[in-house]
Amino acid sequence: MIAPNPRTGLKPPPLAKRPWTATKITGHVLMAFWAISGVYLLTYLLGNLEKPILELALPFLSGEWEVYASDRIATHKFDSFLGRYGDKYISGFLVTLKIVGLSLLFGAALSIPIAAARSSKWKILSRPAYAYVYFFRGTPLLAQTFLIYYGFGSFRPELQSIGLWWFFRDAFYCIIFAFSLNTSAYQAEILRGAVQNISRGQWEGAQALGLSKPVTFFKIILPQALMVALRPYGNEIILMIKGSAIAAIITIYDLMGETRRAYSRTYDFQAYIWAAVIYLMIVETLRRVWDRIEARLTRHLIR
Amino acid sequence: MNEALTLLSFGDQGWGDTIARGVLVTVTLALATLPFGLVIGFVIALAKNSSEPSLKLAANIYTTIFRGLPELLTLFLVYFGVQIGLNELVKLAGYDIYFEVNSFVAGMVALSLVFSSFASEAFLSAFRGIPHGQFEGGYALGLSRFQTMLLVILPQLIRLALPALGNLWLILLKETALVSIIGLEDTLRESSIAARVTKEPFLFFGIACLIYLVLAIISSSGLARIERWSKRGEVRR
Repeated sequence: MIAPNPRTGLKPPPLAKRPWTATKITGHVLMAFWAISGVYLLTYLLGNLEKPILELALPFLSGEWEVYASDRIATHKFDSFLGRYGDKYISGFLVTLKIVGLSLLFGAALSIPIAAARSSKWKILSRPAYAYVYFFRGTPLLAQTFLIYYGFGSFRPELQSIGLWWFFRDAFYCIIFAFSLNTSAYQAEILRGAVQNISRGQWEGAQALGLSKPVTFFKIILPQALMVALRPYGNEIILMIKGSAIAAIITIYDLMGETRRAYSRTYDFQAYIWAAVIYLMIVETLRRVWDRIEARLTRHLIR
Repeated sequence: MNEALTLLSFGDQGWGDTIARGVLVTVTLALATLPFGLVIGFVIALAKNSSEPSLKLAANIYTTIFRGLPELLTLFLVYFGVQIGLNELVKLAGYDIYFEVNSFVAGMVALSLVFSSFASEAFLSAFRGIPHGQFEGGYALGLSRFQTMLLVILPQLIRLALPALGNLWLILLKETALVSIIGLEDTLRESSIAARVTKEPFLFFGIACLIYLVLAIISSSGLARIERWSKRGEVRR
C-alpha cells in the first residue's frame, strides 16, 4: 500500500490490473513447460550424482543420517553413467578447447594476408582471395573436412615423396588444418569489413599529421577496426565451438566424439543430454564474458 | 581426365545419376525445412516482442537453447531422442510396435528448430525497424490486430528481414550436409559412397563441394532478385 500524500491527502491511482489474457495464459503455460522439463532433467541427471554426493557428505553426517548414507552406498547398486564416463567427458572437453583454440589462432594469422589481398587494388591478388573466401564460406564445413581428410589420401605417393604424409594421415592435424582454413575465410571478411568501415577522414587526418602509412594503419585504423570487429569475432568463436562437433565424425574424441562413444556402448540417452548441457554452458559463458569484454573496451564510446 | 569424366557420367559406368539424386534430396530437405522454420521463427519473434514477460522469457529460453547447441548435437538429440520417446510412449500405451524415425524427418525437425531460433532474431530486429505509428495507424482505420499484422506490418517486416533471412537460407543449405551422418542419402553421402567404391575421394568430395557452391551461387542470385522485387515500392533516392 502506498500512503496518501500527507499534504493533500490524495492517493495515487491504483496500479492497472493485469487480467488473465490469452497471451498471459500461454506465457505461463510455456514457462511451466520449461520449468517442468528443467526440473525433470535436473533430477534425472542428479540421480547419477547421488553416490559421489553421499560419499562426500559422509564425514559431515552424524547419527541416523550417517547410518542411512553408508547403508545406501553399501547396498544400493550404483552403476552411474557419470562415474564411468565423467573423466572421458572432461578429456573430450579439453580436446574440443584445443581444436577450437588452435584453429582460431592459425585462422587469425592466415586471415591477415587474405584480407589484405582481398582489399588490394590489384586484381591478380584480389580475385584469388575472393575465390578462396567464397569457396570456404559457400561450402559445408563437413564437406571441406572430408575433402581434406579423405581427399588428400588420393595424393598419398606425392605427399609421401615430399614428406608431408605424416601430416595428412593424422585426423587431428587434418581437422586443425580444415578448421583453420575455414575460419580464416570468415575472419578475413570480418577484418576487411571492419577496416573498410573506418572513415577516410581518419586516413587523411593521419596523413596531414605526417604519419607514415604503416604507423597510421597500426596505431589509428586497426584499433578502431578491432573495436567494430569485436562482436563478429565473438560470433565466430561461438560458430567454431559449435562447428568443432564435426571433428567427431572423423574419429577424433572431442566432446562430441566421447559422447558418441559413450552412447554406442551404453545406449543411454543421457550421454547426449550431458553433452548438450556442457555445450550450452560453454557457449553461454563465452557469450556473457564476451559481452562484458565488449562493454569494457567500448566504455569510452557514446551509445 | 577422361577417367574422371567417365566416373562422373550418367548411366551404369558413372556416378552422375546417383549424385544428382543426392542433390535433389539436399534441395528438397532445405526447401521442406524453410516454411516450418519461417513460421515458427515468426511466432517466436511475436512472443519476444510481446509485453507479457513470461511469454518473452519462454521464447528467449527456446532461442538460447537452439542457438547454443551445435547443429550436429541437435540432430542427434532429435534423431535418437524422438525415437526413444516415441517407443516409450507406445510401450506405455500397451502396444508392441517398434518405431524407427525417418532420417529425413529427423533432419527436417532439427534444422527447423535451429533455423527458427535464428530467424526469430532476424524478425525481431525487423520489428524494431517498424515505427509504432504503423500499428496505431492500422488500429485507427478500424483494422483488427490480426488484420493490422497481416496487411500493414508483415509486408514491411519481410522487406526488412529479407537480407538476414537470405543469409540464414544459405546457412541452412550448408547444414543439410550434416544429415548425411544419420544416413540420409544426400549429396555428401552419395559422394562419399562413390569415393569409397571408386577410391577417388578427392574427385568426389571436390565435386560435392562444387555442387554446394553452385547451389549457393544460384541461391544468392535468386535472393538478390527477390530483394529487388521487395524493394520495388521504395522511393529512389
